[in-house]
Amino acid sequence: MTELPGDLLYTEEHEWLRREEDGSVTIGITDHAQSALGDLVYVELPEVGIDVDQAGEMAVVESVKAASDVYAPIGGNIVAVNEALADDPEKINTEPYDDGWIVRIQPSDGIDEGSLMSPDAYQEFIDALDD
Amino acid sequence: MGSKTPLFEKHNDAGARIVDFGGWDMPLHYGSQKEEHHAVRRNAGVFDVSHMTIVDLSGPRVREFLQYLLANDVAKLKQHGKALYTCMLNADGGVIDDLIIYCMSDTDYRLIVNAATRDKDLEWIREQAGAFNVVVDERAELAMVAVQGPNARQLAATSIDANYRDAALALQPFSGMQAGKVFIARTGYTGEDGWEICMPAADAATFWDDLLAAGVMPCGLGARDTLRLEAAMNLYGTDMDEMISPLEAGLSWTVAWEPAERDFIGRSALEVQRHSTDKQRFVGLLLQDKGVLRNHQRVVVDGIGEGEITSGGFSPTIGKSIALARVPAGNYENAQVDVRGKLLNVRIVKTPFVRNGQIQIDIDGDTQ
Repeated sequence: MTELPGDLLYTEEHEWLRREEDGSVTIGITDHAQSALGDLVYVELPEVGIDVDQAGEMAVVESVKAASDVYAPIGGNIVAVNEALADDPEKINTEPYDDGWIVRIQPSDGIDEGSLMSPDAYQEFIDALDD
Repeated sequence: MGSKTPLFEKHNDAGARIVDFGGWDMPLHYGSQKEEHHAVRRNAGVFDVSHMTIVDLSGPRVREFLQYLLANDVAKLKQHGKALYTCMLNADGGVIDDLIIYCMSDTDYRLIVNAATRDKDLEWIREQAGAFNVVVDERAELAMVAVQGPNARQLAATSIDANYRDAALALQPFSGMQAGKVFIARTGYTGEDGWEICMPAADAATFWDDLLAAGVMPCGLGARDTLRLEAAMNLYGTDMDEMISPLEAGLSWTVAWEPAERDFIGRSALEVQRHSTDKQRFVGLLLQDKGVLRNHQRVVVDGIGEGEITSGGFSPTIGKSIALARVPAGNYENAQVDVRGKLLNVRIVKTPFVRNGQIQIDIDGDTQ
């Protein structure tokens, strides 16, 4: 298992969040999540410009094995989606924290950090799942 | 924890993701299911199929028994070593299991049945066998691997006893032979050439290591499923079960109607279905839109009715989603599938989708 990037926040739904300088938040799924899903073959992305509620369905990632919903960890406006995933969904497998990002959201409110985990906390969380 | 095959430690050593399959701890993949899939289509892969149940049947009346037990006719097995794919039906014509049967001698046959159906299969076979004085012997001490792919036989040949190598390479499709303690058959579940090999459990790990050293890629159940789906080979419990007859699962070709006087279990029920005009069709689907077809999704045929996907997934060889489905009778070439609340367009295509490394369907154009 690769080391978790230290500059990200994590959710129990195995998503990561990165705060960008313009105040938007980039979101993807973690290495643990992509590994559990297996080879990704299709990603259904939301439309740019729509609003999503916190915990609302935001995208669908489909692997050879199964389809999984990706829920918005924060509410806000979708300001960008990773169009490259349409032709190359496996970017999520190979670079989950970089080129495998999924959406960028401009939060409608602040980020509730209490509901998010630090890298160390997320590591403990997934270690406990593996036991 | 489930049952473990003699190769379980090998799977762990190779970094397999282990899943439960019919009570067995089996490898799903060893890293990339797609790479394993492509290895079998392009070169060679090996699957641990030791969880499957091997049953040897023997006795002077064994052939007569099998002609009663099975929907296909073992009389087609005119030479020792020949294999036959068949369903084993209940009295209503529903499929108890699908299996491969090998004729070992005039009085000895070998059945290979599914892992998840082991208990009910053995119970059923023993129940029917009594009247024929057939001895039913489960060979739980044997391991089994499937080496599949265009180069599988050549690469695996170096791992078998040199005394039998030429004879093994000369085996015709759907034929097997005993090679010392090992039984080798030119059969499989991938749509590629290859062997399925039964051997004493104690020899399995060495054999596995030899295959990997020869360049054969270890493959898990994930790739096995996408390969068999592309080859349009049915999966028991998914494409058919005890409520579904072979005629409703695209397996009419496995039912031997002749000779008419052969009274196999389920025959009278099948005869009624056979002459019904309202039979459902079992077809292949190719998804025209983006997305992935999955098991149990609803098929909608405009103006005709509804059906269901029995096996759906992504085809790594084609790069699109494909499925097997039971759909209403009628002549039509297009349908829609309810994929997570959206109706996506599918085209009915002639199966198999892929065979011997080659795509068999017209991806862009004409229907069957």
